Amino acid sequence: MKKALSLVLALVMALALVACGGGSSGSTSGGATAPAETTTPAEPATEPASPETGAQVFKLGGTGPLTGGAAIYGMAVKNAAELAVAEINAMDGDVRFELNFQDDAHDAEKAVNAYNTLKDWGMQLSLGSVTSTPCVATSAETYADRIFAITPSGSSTAVLEGKDNQFQMCFTDPNQGSASAQYIHDKALATKVAVIWKNDDVYSKGIYDTFMAAAPELGLDVVSDTTFADGSDTDFSVQIADAQSAGAELVFLPMYYTPASLIFAQAKAAGYAPIWFGVDGMDGILTLEGFDTSLAEGVMLLTPFNADADDAATRAFVEAYQAKYGEVPNQFAADAYDCVFAYKQALEQAGCTADMSAEALCDAMIAQFTTMTFDGLTGEGMTWGTDGAVTKSPKGMIIQNGAYVGLD
Amino acid sequence: MKNKLSKASRRAFLTCAVVVAAFVALQSLASAGAMSSMLRGLLVPICAYVVMAISLNLTVGVLGELSLGHAGFMSVGAFTGVTAAAALQNLVASKELRLIAALLVGAIFAGIVGFLVGIPVLRLNGDYLAIVTLAFGEIIKSVFNNLYLGLDGHGFHLSLLDNKLRMEEGGRLIIGGPMGVGGIQKIANFATGFALIMLCLVVIFNLVNSRAGRAIMAIRDNRIAAESVGIPVTKYKMTAFVTSAAMAGAAGALFALNFSTIVANKFDFNTSILVLVFVVLGGLGNMLGSIVAAAALTVLPEALRQFADYRMLVYAIVLIAVMLLRNSPGIRAFTERARIRKGGEAE
Repeated sequence: MKKALSLVLALVMALALVACGGGSSGSTSGGATAPAETTTPAEPATEPASPETGAQVFKLGGTGPLTGGAAIYGMAVKNAAELAVAEINAMDGDVRFELNFQDDAHDAEKAVNAYNTLKDWGMQLSLGSVTSTPCVATSAETYADRIFAITPSGSSTAVLEGKDNQFQMCFTDPNQGSASAQYIHDKALATKVAVIWKNDDVYSKGIYDTFMAAAPELGLDVVSDTTFADGSDTDFSVQIADAQSAGAELVFLPMYYTPASLIFAQAKAAGYAPIWFGVDGMDGILTLEGFDTSLAEGVMLLTPFNADADDAATRAFVEAYQAKYGEVPNQFAADAYDCVFAYKQALEQAGCTADMSAEALCDAMIAQFTTMTFDGLTGEGMTWGTDGAVTKSPKGMIIQNGAYVGLD
Repeated sequence: MKNKLSKASRRAFLTCAVVVAAFVALQSLASAGAMSSMLRGLLVPICAYVVMAISLNLTVGVLGELSLGHAGFMSVGAFTGVTAAAALQNLVASKELRLIAALLVGAIFAGIVGFLVGIPVLRLNGDYLAIVTLAFGEIIKSVFNNLYLGLDGHGFHLSLLDNKLRMEEGGRLIIGGPMGVGGIQKIANFATGFALIMLCLVVIFNLVNSRAGRAIMAIRDNRIAAESVGIPVTKYKMTAFVTSAAMAGAAGALFALNFSTIVANKFDFNTSILVLVFVVLGGLGNMLGSIVAAAALTVLPEALRQFADYRMLVYAIVLIAVMLLRNSPGIRAFTERARIRKGGEAE
């Protein structure tokens, strides 16, 4: 019986190797298992540059959830990074990229596995991980291996803590919480506020903590404070009833969009219509499959990117993204797009070459990112501190007629 | 009888020999630098999952009780082990000693929790253990998601639901509720993982081939008959269950100390089921099968990365194919024939 099992497994392994060897143009790593290979084959334009241009092809890697509950974020980042890489490679500039994006299913263990696969592939620069918990795990790895990483959306502070080569394109979670409280106060949206948050989630907890710290100082009265957790995230009637009976005018939802969509539906059924206020995790709710977008009408969210902005760069990005992937890009996509272009700018300014080791590139990138100013889709004049946190200003958005519209 | 015993110990030696051979091969590959980072990163998780699989096999295969919350014990071991490692960080200089201490602490706490869970449940008949362990796994997850534990000059500080720890300057938050444990020093290594597997195997084989083990298997095969000949059912059930829980705790500590961050949600129902799949695929009561299945199914999803979007689909197909093949009449007849031939030689 064991013999049969091992035979079958051996057969599978052999098949895997054959399949890989047939379709791969890439390198094979020494080892007993199948070699790492790019899962996102480069666009025709991203094939290694012709020698006469002297362009440098850098190996850019990243992990994110391409499967599972948070897949919408991973796909957005992957698509936008692919788009950015294709655009950069088509520019015929000195800097070119080859992108390899691996699935981590929003799990720290799988993210580390994916990271190791990328390392075998020869990754020189990293996009970190898309979601917070995996990003904390991979950032420890990139720190130990001296590979520079800038994450588009791993917003937990633990991603940056004590690591000099970890940078973020998004706000840190605490920043989002206090910024939301500030925004609600500045715009005089409400004074009686309810908070529903997910008490087993790093992201939700981080925002909740700073929101609660900032709220009393700004005269916001938190009248209802309720939680939910993984596995109990389908029925929100208790939380909604609590907020409703406490008379909250605004409900703050520091969470990802999937539970939020249920809250909207159940609040509507309960006849409760407060102002809904979300953070960047709410971004993406309109593209959720099977979601009645009319439920999200009037939802406000704080996010650095607005797909309806009419500057040329945003318009071009949204058009290109829509043409290629058939949906409106969210903030995660914009952050990823910015990451790739920030890399381009930093590599050009530092005069890096593709034959440099990841460690040498890391030092050059740290020097560049802490000194340069970057203009991207998610903000003008972005700068990074030595701790790796970005400085840019958030934009308030509201959902109107099934689309995100800027508030300011 | 004698023949049967020697057959069992032959099987035990074979299992240990395969594990040692695998360790030597992998270790020499790694030290020669011929191993991919991907596989090197998987070594310690494989060890942890192997220990999980053989410890669950003790409950499911040998004791014959279904446990659906084995990841809960892993979680207890992971959090207590990491806490122990963090507390000893400035006291014990040697990484190895800290790791061993963490594994011990993880095993002890998981064993205690296993004992507490077992007291009411193991007295019951039927599938109640499965239901209670299922609930236990969820409870443990909730507890660690709401637990805050800090360490400063005055010792440990504990609070539930809210972070109400008032720590002095320089205090360190070890368990941060939903944030889990961050900033773990990665002190787990493959050699210790291997040693843990060997230790667990020795314990399990000795237990199974002892008076207690025969009593446990008698209970599995027919509880009423066992009771009628005077075997204290609850006591022996408890022995097997607590041993299994303690091993899962050690596996959890090993697993946690291999990553820089660990969250309670990692040890959810899915992880319990994953370990159960290792056991079922490897064969109930078959330790070597569990080991092979755990190692293969940990490597497989990573080795399938070139299938990109179809990765998990291929993984599922492979799982189903292996299950079908394992149970196909042809293969069964083949192994049966092989066994008879072997038996014939021996006679």
